[in-house]
Amino acid sequence: MRAMFRTSYAQDLLLARSPAAWGWYGLLMLVLLAIPHMLGEFYVGEMAGVFVFAIAGVGLMLLIGYTGLVSLGHAAFLGIGAYTNAILLTKGVPFIFSLPAAGLLTALFGVLIGIPTLRMSGLYLAIATLAFGSIVGIVLEKWHGLTGGFDGLAVPTPAIFGYVIEGRTGVYYLSLAILVAVLLLAMNILRSPLGRAMVAIRDSEISAQSMGIHLAFYKTVAFAISAGITGLAGAAYGHYTNYLAPDGFGILLSIQLVTIVFIGGLGSLHGAIFGAIFISMLPQAIALSRDSLPFGLGRLPGLEPSLFGIILVLVIMFEPAGINGRWLKAKRWFGEFPLHRRAAFRRQKSYAKSERLR
Amino acid sequence: MDELVRLLQLAINGTAAGCIYGLVALGFVLIYKATEMVNFAQGELMMLGAFFAYTFVGMWGMNYWVGFALAIAATAAFGYALDAVVLRRVIGQPQFAVVMLTLGLAFIFRAVAGAVWGYDSVGFLTPFTNKVADFGGGVILGQDNVSIIVGTVILCAVLYVFFSRTPLGIAMQASSQNQLAAYYMGIPVRTVFSLIWAISAGVSAVAAVLLVPVSMIDVNMGILGFKAFAAAVLGGFGSIPGALVGGIIVGITEQFAGRFLPAGSMELTSNIVLLAVLIVWPQGLFGQVIRKRV
Repeated sequence: MRAMFRTSYAQDLLLARSPAAWGWYGLLMLVLLAIPHMLGEFYVGEMAGVFVFAIAGVGLMLLIGYTGLVSLGHAAFLGIGAYTNAILLTKGVPFIFSLPAAGLLTALFGVLIGIPTLRMSGLYLAIATLAFGSIVGIVLEKWHGLTGGFDGLAVPTPAIFGYVIEGRTGVYYLSLAILVAVLLLAMNILRSPLGRAMVAIRDSEISAQSMGIHLAFYKTVAFAISAGITGLAGAAYGHYTNYLAPDGFGILLSIQLVTIVFIGGLGSLHGAIFGAIFISMLPQAIALSRDSLPFGLGRLPGLEPSLFGIILVLVIMFEPAGINGRWLKAKRWFGEFPLHRRAAFRRQKSYAKSERLR
Repeated sequence: MDELVRLLQLAINGTAAGCIYGLVALGFVLIYKATEMVNFAQGELMMLGAFFAYTFVGMWGMNYWVGFALAIAATAAFGYALDAVVLRRVIGQPQFAVVMLTLGLAFIFRAVAGAVWGYDSVGFLTPFTNKVADFGGGVILGQDNVSIIVGTVILCAVLYVFFSRTPLGIAMQASSQNQLAAYYMGIPVRTVFSLIWAISAGVSAVAAVLLVPVSMIDVNMGILGFKAFAAAVLGGFGSIPGALVGGIIVGITEQFAGRFLPAGSMELTSNIVLLAVLIVWPQGLFGQVIRKRV
């Protein structure tokens, strides 16, 4: 592996670590742009699903991976974004306004729920957002006038300047565009003072406070940005499913979103993408292998959630850095191939850190 | 008079439901106080306890009391093993990693229970099913609700004596106050923690068996754990009496909301109470605030 030497402070602020990285990202982008012309309809749809989850994953990664705040209620933001976009489109608002409106309104909800809850830390925040998530879930189910109740709500086909975005390919390019925009936004946030403040808060609230970081302000901003991005993901999700059912935005989806971040690897934007790929591919992989499993295991109704749980448990126990951690280790292993030292990846012994004292 | 009696019955029903929430919340609190882990699978432990009891009493036809005791023992053993095999390994990881871990465990338990016992609702006859207790003056209550309240009181008394009088209980208190000091005093802290998990699982098994006369057993009964969260938070998440008081407050509020507020508000109650408490008293009703010195 080539060692990266830092020769100036400006280097810390670069978007990508090296010109070669730009080359690789560009190549990936070209491949992604070409995919709808090469693969079938089904795969294009699946990829669009990956992008939608990746957008939400990036939003949640900013919150959990970089600010250290856990939200177990992000499905609510996804739902608010999806319904805002769909209802505005139904009312005849053009898509170029309804999409940002979905993001902004969700960010506003993020601020509203953030202001009272962000005084809490760790555990209490997780529980408060869990409660918020289930309240929004029940409200979406019961408020028939807004959401159409159990009849659901059909999402109109969007159009940008007369160009109609339809079919799987349209949704594919739409969500890819949103994902790229959101990733650039996240990368730029992370190299700005805001991003540095977020990381400082994650590493130690009390030392961040001592350095002059206004905890409540930065936490609320981080929460709002995360909620807003998740709202955009919600809008894209609406177009991906074409149809919104009110019971789809419950606790289960929230947990799935957090799992994206955990399985992908905390504290890296790559991780959010890896996690999204994993979460979207798992149901497909199970569906494909259902018939070939021994002992009738494939016919068990609870197969998917239990595999989901088992993988989550194993990742947290044995690879806390997630898929991204594995990926970095593999890269390093090949990079220094014959000289690989086993001790390089040995985890340090860690001890319980009390969070009772703040 | 009639209205008064009805309100009283509503309050008793609420208290009975609240006792169950309180017992499950007690499980959260015991584990949190000792190990600072939050067990999101507590409701699923309760579900397992209910299915164990169903296996012993409903399927194998054992005596209710024998089945009750065996179900507690089996769930407690399961809790011990869970800590010894899984949770002991994640000590030192961030708190929310443990939260996700227990959420994953909850998924697994639910799927395994579904595979073993099926997805249908089941139940079995208890000595308290469909009987009434007449307290005179027109106050008639179901024995099921009375048995829940009495059972909770007995369990709390037993736990109180255990934690304040027996050497093991005192060792547990010591380990939750200061692990290192307890270790230096010769307390086997790791075993003690596993035993606390066992007690916590056992308490939720008691809650499960007490719940059997009023509710069916099914794979999704662990959802009740989320209401118990409201109870634990209300009580300050570290206070044992607080958990019970919190549970009873949530239970009674829920019953009254179901009676006097529009439909659908009953499901929302516990969550709204939870959010309101967290916003007004971020540390809960019985919580204590300690600041770290830098």
